[in-house]
Amino acid sequence: MTGLRLLASALVVVAVALFPLAAGNYPVKLLQEILIWGIFAMSLDLLMGYAGMVSFGHSAFFGIGGYVAALALARSPGLVSALLLPAVAAGLVALAIGFFSIRVSGVYFIMLTLAFSQMFHAYTFQVSWLGAEDGLVGIPRPAVPGVDLNSLRGFHGYLLVLVVLAALALWRIVSSPFGHVLRGIHENEARMIALGYAVDRYKLLAFVIAGVVAGVAGSLYTQFNGSITPDAFFWKTSGEALLMVIIGGTGTLGGAMLGAAAFILLQSLVSTYTERWMLILGATFILLVLFAPGGIVGALRGRIGLRA
Amino acid sequence: MTASDAPLLVAESLSRTFGALHALSRVSFRVDARERRAIIGPNGAGKTTLFNVITGHLAPSGGRILLDGAPIEGLAPHAVARRGLSRSFQRNNLFPSLAVRENLRLAAAAGRPGTWDLLGRVGRRREALDRAAQVAETVGLDARLDEPAGRLSYGEQRQLEVGVALATSPRLLLLDEPTAGMSPEETQRMTRMLEALPREVTLLIIEHDMDVVGSLADRVTVLHYGEVLTEGSFAEVKADPRVYEVYLGHA
Repeated sequence: MTGLRLLASALVVVAVALFPLAAGNYPVKLLQEILIWGIFAMSLDLLMGYAGMVSFGHSAFFGIGGYVAALALARSPGLVSALLLPAVAAGLVALAIGFFSIRVSGVYFIMLTLAFSQMFHAYTFQVSWLGAEDGLVGIPRPAVPGVDLNSLRGFHGYLLVLVVLAALALWRIVSSPFGHVLRGIHENEARMIALGYAVDRYKLLAFVIAGVVAGVAGSLYTQFNGSITPDAFFWKTSGEALLMVIIGGTGTLGGAMLGAAAFILLQSLVSTYTERWMLILGATFILLVLFAPGGIVGALRGRIGLRA
Repeated sequence: MTASDAPLLVAESLSRTFGALHALSRVSFRVDARERRAIIGPNGAGKTTLFNVITGHLAPSGGRILLDGAPIEGLAPHAVARRGLSRSFQRNNLFPSLAVRENLRLAAAAGRPGTWDLLGRVGRRREALDRAAQVAETVGLDARLDEPAGRLSYGEQRQLEVGVALATSPRLLLLDEPTAGMSPEETQRMTRMLEALPREVTLLIIEHDMDVVGSLADRVTVLHYGEVLTEGSFAEVKADPRVYEVYLGHA
């Protein structure tokens, strides 16, 4: 079964890689947006689906990555500014937020992570050195030898490489001994403690890893748009990532990616027909949760007999 | 006194109150290394509270607990577990959607540095996997290794409950009513399994079934209303009229 899944993943990667040869500007941009949100959703799924920590403040790391990339790229447009600095900054912020948040669980964890992310939103919305509500604009894409990231195809290849790297890294982590500890904590935290696991430390590391990957997604979002606004920190950003994970099926990295695709396609498709696309999206979501509680992946597994 | 009969666990004047309720009052006892000790007493005597205090799940209101001479009272439960103390629970406390093998492997891997391995593979860490297979055999679940724990029968889940506690390779194993809810045959099988455990694993066991206590315990401590009523061999305790009155009389 692993071989089949590997083959399917490879086919998807090839299809995504060849897509710009066959499609126009708009569909390619839509796909790029899906890839960026896919990374973000996968990072949230590490917390939600594997460690069982439902965060409603994941936008904090997306925003930090986005703003740090904007500030750094404006000064020195290279890969250090585009990837390293945003990742490190988001990881450090995740360490700080995680330090306080993982002490509580359930609704309290949701509220605390939400509060932290909204603090960032309030701050960036007001301070002039970050452009206040207009954010930072005119951000150049990084200069990479041999590739023109300002071209649609160049950026596409760059994105694809990063998505594959992020997915592989996360996949290795969830199937590692550490990943299995996270599943144990998800399943029965009290018993893990009784067995001698210092669960808070494992949860904190998971939180930081998720923050780092979300920071990279935020940075890519800045590079994609050439700008970043306080919206990146807004709870809606966290909420949409949550929806993507749930639509796709929690605890399956591929599901997070599929969820991101479904969400963004639905959003762009429905919004071309009606102003009330949020209504349609909401109804679709309710139907999905009612009739496919395992998300897209759960429904697929039921249909073709795939097992976890 | 030689090292081998030094007490492994010492409780000194342990107390625990919940508001006005004295769940434990000045409980003192010592368990030697290699000993098998049963704790008996009627419902509400404080047996599970005693376990919770020893394992760090509850802080004592007073008194001391020494494991191998070192105080462990007030330590977090995971820190107590890391010192070689493991417990099973009165109600099954497993990882229901994980396979039996993974339930045991997680326990066997606890406290090992390998659990921080972010990019390695679970299958490459033989020690924990081997330990899991070995314990599965000990508790009679070697044919069920790939079954999710939640799909086992109740009796099998009780076996796994003990297995998970055992897989951490503890020096001191606390078993909270391992035969609770079991049929007579299952109880017999569990008793034989516990009897066959190596003596290196010191046992402290809460048990209501007097046949189990009689065949397993070297010594018996009787709790009543949070106090130690008496202590001795099973025969001595059984012959004590006070024990008969508070406990055996109702059994």
